[in-house]
Amino acid sequence: MSRRYDSRTTIFSPEGRLYQVEYAMEAIGNAGSAIGILSKDGVVLIGEKKVTSKLLQTSTSSEKMYKIDDHVACAVAGIMSDANILINTARVQAQRYTFMYQEPMPVEQLVQSLCDTKQGYTQFGGLRPFGVSFLFAGWDKNHAAAVGANNQAAQSLLKQDYKEDATREEAVELALKILSKTMDSTSLTSEKLELAEVFLTPSGTVKYHVHSPDSLTKLLLKHGVTQPAAESS
Amino acid sequence: MECVFGLVGKGFAIVAADTSAVHSILLHKNNEDKIMVLDSHKLVAASGEPGDRVQFTEYVQKNVSLYKFRNGIPLTTAAAANFTRGELATALRKNPYSVNILMAGYDEESGASLYYIDYIATLHKVDKGAFGYGSYFSLSTMDRHYREDMSVEEAIELVDKCILEIRSRLVVAPPNFVIKIVDKDGARDYAWRQSVQDVTTAAV
Repeated sequence: MSRRYDSRTTIFSPEGRLYQVEYAMEAIGNAGSAIGILSKDGVVLIGEKKVTSKLLQTSTSSEKMYKIDDHVACAVAGIMSDANILINTARVQAQRYTFMYQEPMPVEQLVQSLCDTKQGYTQFGGLRPFGVSFLFAGWDKNHAAAVGANNQAAQSLLKQDYKEDATREEAVELALKILSKTMDSTSLTSEKLELAEVFLTPSGTVKYHVHSPDSLTKLLLKHGVTQPAAESS
Repeated sequence: MECVFGLVGKGFAIVAADTSAVHSILLHKNNEDKIMVLDSHKLVAASGEPGDRVQFTEYVQKNVSLYKFRNGIPLTTAAAANFTRGELATALRKNPYSVNILMAGYDEESGASLYYIDYIATLHKVDKGAFGYGSYFSLSTMDRHYREDMSVEEAIELVDKCILEIRSRLVVAPPNFVIKIVDKDGARDYAWRQSVQDVTTAAV
């Protein structure tokens, strides 16, 4: 029944559904999950990498985390090439705002603006929607914000264990524990993850810090979500 | 001959503007309010081409309102000033607006501020500023008597000194002025200084 209404993004099905949008969400579901946790002094973003090869130069390339502006970063889930377009769009929107107002763009407004862009592709133009979901983390003048929705599996766990006034360290621990429970593999290693934090430094600037593989490994060991390397005989 | 000037005091900013609407040698009216209330905590005192003055300030006012409705928060004075400057700059090399602006505002975080924006999109954050021929007199007077953190009474005294100087030394001095203030309680009228009221002839 759906076959007749799913080839065009810009028309409804008789039941009032937009099939292309739903199919896009399926594509996102196949991607590595991303979780964002708001703590009282920062935001923690964690992502599961799907492309794990020791041959990749992890220091310079990132699959899940991207910096949009000095005060905003995002985690990505979905089709990477689509994500790149939208990340660039978000970057331009943030700079355009700063050009006009000489102030950093409030995170919520940036997200709203990006959502409006995405909506356009479901109403006109005849192009398919973007197969990407975002989690935005950033710092507005007074407080940290994490905006976005992702991955059904992790959400129930989050609802259980999330504490509103957790510190950043506790948020990191929670993020690692949730991801280890939702990922397919039995043990987490630093190659399969990306972890980033967005927080305010004592000097008042916003810092976007991506953990190095070593730092990640230490954290994984510290919180007991990885198995130590097997001893060679 | 339009006179606009303003200064920042302790927790407030004051702007004063003449109230003459002039066309060549004719004075249309002498109670034209040239200080617009941009939003609850911002004032824009504008001088220049009358059509441009009203058109541009209303345009800025509506865009400031639109931002507030869209985003649920008001623009800061600095952001509004930069936006205004940007619009002037964009129009400059096509269809410039002949408007000079002093934008005064109060923000909870940064207190009272005053921005000088001239018709070719110069933007300066200032403690005191002035436009027009009157500026020769008001700026000098303010330079002489201005101190940081003046009280409202002291600031008004200084404003009145400037008005007196303009009235006594500028050849076609505007007779009437309006003074407005903005502080934590908002933007509002402070006083009018009128030496000439509207003339009405008695019925014959």
